[in-house]
Amino acid sequence: MDVSTLKTLNEARRARRAAILATGLDDGESRVLFEGDVPPGELGEHVLKAFRTGNSLAVEAEGRRVFLNVHLPRPRLVVIGAVHISQALAPMARVAGYPLEIIDPRTAFATPERFPDVTLHAEWPETVLAQHPLDGYTAVAAVTHDPKIDDFALKAALDAGCFYVGALGSRRTHAKRVERLAAMGAGEDEIARIRAPIGLNIGAATPAEIAVAVLGEVIAAFRSRGLAGGEGRAS
Amino acid sequence: MDEMAHLDETRDPLAVAESWRAEGRQVALATVVETWGSAPRPAGSHLVIDADGNFQGSVSGGCVEGAVVTEAAEVLDTGKPRMLEFGVADETAWRVGLSCGGRIRVYVEPLN
Repeated sequence: MDVSTLKTLNEARRARRAAILATGLDDGESRVLFEGDVPPGELGEHVLKAFRTGNSLAVEAEGRRVFLNVHLPRPRLVVIGAVHISQALAPMARVAGYPLEIIDPRTAFATPERFPDVTLHAEWPETVLAQHPLDGYTAVAAVTHDPKIDDFALKAALDAGCFYVGALGSRRTHAKRVERLAAMGAGEDEIARIRAPIGLNIGAATPAEIAVAVLGEVIAAFRSRGLAGGEGRAS
Repeated sequence: MDEMAHLDETRDPLAVAESWRAEGRQVALATVVETWGSAPRPAGSHLVIDADGNFQGSVSGGCVEGAVVTEAAEVLDTGKPRMLEFGVADETAWRVGLSCGGRIRVYVEPLN
């Protein structure tokens, strides 16, 4: 591999951009492939699948043996709202391998006592997201029920192409939210990406069950991100 | 959030390879490209090696790293990549093997 190829790959990884290093095992030639820039033919099919599954593997394509080394940014989950649902979601997300952090400016809610071992920002989303921008490998779940806190984060999540954007609230609550987001400049297609009511439809009744429904929905969205046959978008 | 968003520059093999190269060191990169059975590290795992035998990362649980480092010196000498295979099923070809009973194929290439 050339140093320039390695630098391109590492730059992508530092920028949390998905990339595949394709190495010809017979000729030693390496190149970096990005989502949305996939070669045609057999190799392209393997590359798309590898982006979707995240599994590195050796493939045969067009008579060549090629190793596809997949580098996906770690998916993470940003929860707006240090509420009861979030208390259940935090340990579940950790177990499932989705590091979670919580943003809630209400200091009575966002306390370390209520959220041990969780990255907690007792600040407005405007402040936190300016320092730590969202990206395509981040899921955002807004669960405060308070437009003053949720709306900015939802708009930011749509703008950043987050792979999952969910918002707690009834259909009636969401209808009003749609109007507010449209007034903030969000397009109809973008707004349609918001999962509301939040969570897979498993008849969840308790905060913990809603947390399961949300986590399941996040995982489903991540595994089908923006690729052929999937939904949502990756970048 | 930072530790999730960025590479661990001191331990990530590809980041280490880049910084070693920037220091002017000769660098070889070993990659697990295939696994069978219970292999300790998945395909895509890296070991990065310099001409003095310093290494970072892993391609197994420590079982075959020594042999890979030795082969890497050859790869740096000749400038030609090579494919190595380790496993109990292939003990005639290699003195070292995987105690777990799995089998792995490791591609070793120079960083040009």
